[in-house]
Amino acid sequence: MTSMPSLILSTAARVLLPLLVLFSIFLLLRGHDLPGGGFIGGLVGASGYTLYLFAFDSSAARAALRMDPRTMVGLGLVIATLSGVIGTFVRGEPFFTSQWWEVYVPIFGEMKLSSPLIFDLGVYMVVLGSVMTIVLTLAEAEE
Amino acid sequence: MRPEIALPILIPLFFGALSLAVWRSRLAQRWLAVIGTGALLASGIWLLFATLNQGPLVTTLGDWQAPFGIVLVSDLLGAIMVLLAGLMAFSAAVYSLAAMGEGHERFGYYPLLHMLLAGVCGAFLTGDIFNLFVWFEVLLIASFALLILGGERAQMEGAIKYVTINLISSAVLLTAIGLVYGLVGSLNMADLAVKFADADAEHTGLITVIAMLFMISFGIKAAAFPLFFWLPASYHTPPVAVSALFAGLLTKVGVYALYRFFTLIFTQDAELIQTILIWGGTITMVVGVLGAAAHFEFRRILAFHSVSQIGYMILALGLMSPLAIAGGLIYTFHHSVVKTNLFFVSGVSYRLRGTHELKELGGLYRAAPWLSLLFLISALSLAGIPPLSGFFAKFVLVRGALDLQFWVVTGIALAVGLLTLFSMTKIWAEAFWKAAPENAPTPPPVEPGQPLYLMYLPIIGLAAIAVLMGIFGEAVFELAMLAAEQLEDSRIYIEAVLGENP
Repeated sequence: MTSMPSLILSTAARVLLPLLVLFSIFLLLRGHDLPGGGFIGGLVGASGYTLYLFAFDSSAARAALRMDPRTMVGLGLVIATLSGVIGTFVRGEPFFTSQWWEVYVPIFGEMKLSSPLIFDLGVYMVVLGSVMTIVLTLAEAEE
Repeated sequence: MRPEIALPILIPLFFGALSLAVWRSRLAQRWLAVIGTGALLASGIWLLFATLNQGPLVTTLGDWQAPFGIVLVSDLLGAIMVLLAGLMAFSAAVYSLAAMGEGHERFGYYPLLHMLLAGVCGAFLTGDIFNLFVWFEVLLIASFALLILGGERAQMEGAIKYVTINLISSAVLLTAIGLVYGLVGSLNMADLAVKFADADAEHTGLITVIAMLFMISFGIKAAAFPLFFWLPASYHTPPVAVSALFAGLLTKVGVYALYRFFTLIFTQDAELIQTILIWGGTITMVVGVLGAAAHFEFRRILAFHSVSQIGYMILALGLMSPLAIAGGLIYTFHHSVVKTNLFFVSGVSYRLRGTHELKELGGLYRAAPWLSLLFLISALSLAGIPPLSGFFAKFVLVRGALDLQFWVVTGIALAVGLLTLFSMTKIWAEAFWKAAPENAPTPPPVEPGQPLYLMYLPIIGLAAIAVLMGIFGEAVFELAMLAAEQLEDSRIYIEAVLGENP
């Protein structure tokens, strides 16, 4: 894919990848009551890695991802499934009942953590993993 | 809080996710498949006993109360179907260890298997029609992928028909659900049953139209006449373990949905619906068995027979008496066990001979006498020879039809039984009895780590179940009668979901 490497693109991609990943995590955390969430967060994250793939090549993108995308899909599904049974094991409530915890974080103050957030984290990983599986497979087939 | 209701859905979801996470390790996936389906079978047994002892069980997902949230309901029908799913899944998983090539396993056979099971169990347990649609999609997408795994030309051809007709069926289902929601503003099955029962006279016509849409959609999924042609076109193409699981489970989901909808929700215009179901079922029987008689390929014969046997189940629903429905339930269970087993046998014969064509097969009785015995048990049971499971299923069903004085239908059902025996004898004579032909193809090479006994184990187990269902026919019949009485009196279901005074 890098028959004619573009200096501008590769320099920009190096800066943009961490920014896009940060932005995708911001979207993931924001998602319960405001626009955002695991799905859209995962897509933004995947766009960052895809940009990186365009600027360099598929092995560089794989290295930047650090985890095999298919394993990521599986782990995400496991996390999403487990988030539904937390309430059952802790409080004996029906499956997929939302659990909320108040956590005190220095500087930020009171924060709310919840099992829907864990579910969203699973969705984030599934979306990022499956988009990257598709993109990497296509790129490697072309190479 | 009842954990056992959601377990049959959560177990395959969890194991599917886990085997995707370890997709690099073939060994881990194989272990997870056996453990996961074994756990599913155990949870199915637990669920059946809990339902039997305490009546219909209900759990509200996310603690959102019915009729607003999604409920999971396990009455006896649902619990029996889940047990059936667990049984089929476990035997298919063990069989797959020896029958699935490494190529299939590397391309995600086991994760897809788990996801298919999650969809099937979800469809059996949900008490919400939109949720039912979602589970149908889950199992369909998994089945699309399973069907084309391996990517042979014949598979693609079968899969195109399968995918197209099932997408049409899903679109019809979604339309019907939309109409229901527009009409009464609810999606909860129990709530719908109450609202349709009190509906104004001016809506009766529209409700019948909606009922027909549901019937078409589920009829396609169950492979009933005239919407069955996708089944014989696709079921013989994938690997045998997949065919066996499809024949044992997937059409049964359509049958289950028909049973659920037309005993619980659409009970107003009963006469019209019953007439359609009875004649639809009868024609399905005849067409299926004639199709089977015309074919000379092991798996094609079996696939066409599935169509014919689905006819019996739909006929039982159409008769609508407790006895007939009990017969239909026994039939559903018996047919899954026996048909899956026959597909398994065809897999072993392929491994020994390298072909599915009856003309090229032969001499199996001499080469594998025990396999012949196991085939005979399943084949005679399918044809309804006493004392095997099929005899009691057919006996109860025919008795139910005679009680209602449906003479013609009864006669056709018995004649179809004879024709079934005819095509089973054809397989017996061609594949097992006659001497092996001289220009027989060579058997395919066996991959290491695939011992033959792993293929025999599930066949022996399922054959034993077919025999035991016959010997303990009375206990099976009592259970089916209890389930049929629960279906007959829809108040039991409604009160379990909505409380005493809905």
